[in-house]
Amino acid sequence: MDALRPYIAAFNSRFLLMMQYRAAALAGFFTQCWFGAVHVMVLAAFYLGAPEAAAASPITLSQAVTYTWLAQGLLAVMPWNGDPEVAAGVRTGSISYDRLRPVDAYALWYVRAAGWMTARLVPRVALMILAAGIALPLIGQGQWAWQPPSSLSAALLFALSETLAIALACAIVMLINIIVVATLNARGINILMQPIVIIFTGNLLPLALYPDVVRVALFLQPFAGTLDIPNRIYFGNLTGQMAWAGIGLQIFWTVLFIVLGRFWLGRVMSRLEVQGG
Amino acid sequence: MNALSLLGRYFGASMRSQMQYPASAMMLTLAQLASTAIEIVSIWALFDRFGAVKGWAFGEVMFFYALIGISFSFADFLTRGFDVFGSDFVRTGAFDRLLLRPRSAALQLVGHDFRISRFGRFFQASIILAIATGTLGFVWTPQAILLALWTIAGGVAFFGALFVLQAVMAFWTVESLEAVNALTYGGVYAGQFPISFYARWFRTFLIFIVPLACVSYFPVLAILGRSDPLGAPDWFLPLAPAAGFLFLALAFLAWRFGVSKYTSTGS
Repeated sequence: MDALRPYIAAFNSRFLLMMQYRAAALAGFFTQCWFGAVHVMVLAAFYLGAPEAAAASPITLSQAVTYTWLAQGLLAVMPWNGDPEVAAGVRTGSISYDRLRPVDAYALWYVRAAGWMTARLVPRVALMILAAGIALPLIGQGQWAWQPPSSLSAALLFALSETLAIALACAIVMLINIIVVATLNARGINILMQPIVIIFTGNLLPLALYPDVVRVALFLQPFAGTLDIPNRIYFGNLTGQMAWAGIGLQIFWTVLFIVLGRFWLGRVMSRLEVQGG
Repeated sequence: MNALSLLGRYFGASMRSQMQYPASAMMLTLAQLASTAIEIVSIWALFDRFGAVKGWAFGEVMFFYALIGISFSFADFLTRGFDVFGSDFVRTGAFDRLLLRPRSAALQLVGHDFRISRFGRFFQASIILAIATGTLGFVWTPQAILLALWTIAGGVAFFGALFVLQAVMAFWTVESLEAVNALTYGGVYAGQFPISFYARWFRTFLIFIVPLACVSYFPVLAILGRSDPLGAPDWFLPLAPAAGFLFLALAFLAWRFGVSKYTSTGS
C-alpha cells in the first residue's frame, strides 16, 4: 500500500484543485446545454423529416437524444489535449523535478491526468443529469430528455465501460503529453487533436449514423472506446456479445497505449533537454 | 494620424510579427482549415442517411454553412483584443495603459492583434461556398454578390458584437467568460442550419434576442431567391442583416457603460 501512496496523493491533490473552479464548471455547463439543445433539435429535424430512413436507422431518435446528452455531460472525458500542467512543466523547465522524484513518471502523470479528468467530469455530469434528465421531463419535454439506462444489466455494463473509457482517455492524454515533451510545444498537437476527437469519439454525431460502409471501421478505431461504446451499451444498442466485444476493444486499446506510452516516455525522458532556469 | 492609418500601422506590425515565423503561421492556418472543415462531414453524413429535410437539401445547407463561416472568420480576425480582454487586460491591469493613451480604447483593442490563422476558416468556408455553388448550379448575379457581401458585413458586425459583449462582462467577472463561447462558436454551429430546423422558442431567441437568423437565415433565403417557409415577408429578407449593425451599436453602448464603471485590478 505504501508504494501506491504518492500516486493516490497526486490524484487527490489534482482532484481537489480542479474542484475549486466552480465558475468554470458553470460556464462549461451552460455551453454544453446550448450545444446539446442545438444537436437535439437538428437530429429531431432529420429523424422526423424522413420517417422511413429514421425507421431504418441503427439507433432511434430517443437513443440519439440520450447519446447527445451523454456526450455533453461526459465532455471532460474526451482526450482533447494534453495535461496543461505537463505543457507548463515543459515550458518552464519544472519537468526536471518530475525526473528527480523517486516515483514512476508515467504512473504519476497518468493518475494526475485521471484526477484532472474526473474532477472536471463530476460537477458537469451531475448538472447535466439535473437539467436534461430531471428538469426536462418535469417541464413536460420528456421526449427530449436524457433517458435512464435501458436495463439494470445495461447500467452495470455501462459503469464498467465508462470506467474503461476514462482509463483509455487518460492513456491517450499520456500519448499527447509525451508528444508535448518530445516537441516542446503543446499548441500544434492540441490543435491537431480537436477535429480527430470531435469526429471519432462520436461527440459531433453518433458513430452509428455515419454511412454503413464505414461503421465497422469506426467501431474498431480507438476513439470509439472513449464515448461511443459506453453510450451504446447505456441505451441497449450494444448488448450481450457485442457489448463484451466493445469492452474488449476498450481494454485492448488501453493496454496497447499504456505499453506504447511507457516505452516512448522512457526514450523521450532519457534525452530530455530541459528549458528555463 | 487618423484612426484608419493608425489601424493600418497596428495591422502592419501584427502581420510582421507573425511573419517572423512564416512556417508556424502557415501551419496554424492549415490546422484551422482542417479543424473547421471537419464539421461539414457530420452534416453530410446526416443528409446521406436521411435525405432532404423540410425542403432543404445538402447544397443549400452548405450555403448557410459557408456564409456564416466567412462572417465569423472576419469577426474573429478583427476582435482578438476583445476576446482576450478579460484575461490579458482586466486581470493584469494592462487596460489602465490603454486608457492613458489619447485614442479610444476600442480602437486600440481592435488593433491589439490580427491572427493570420483565422484565414484557415475563411478558406475552408470559401471552398464550401464554391462546392455549394456547383451543386446547386447557382448563378452569381451582381445582385446576389452584393447581397452576399451585405450579409457577410452584417454577420461580422453580429459576431463582433458578441466579442465586445464578452469583453464588457469581463469588467465584472475579471476573467474572460467561457460561457460566451456558446453564443460565438455555438452561434456558428446553430447558423449552419436553416432555423426552420429548430423549436419555436429557439427561433424566437435567434431572431429577436441574439439576432443570428438576421445575418444568416433571412438574407441567405433572399440570395437563393426563396421565400421564407416560416412566413417572414419577402421585403424583409434582404434588409435583415441591418440587425447585426444594430446589435453592434447596442454592444458598444454597453461597452461605454462598462468602461465608465471600470476600476483597475492592477498594482
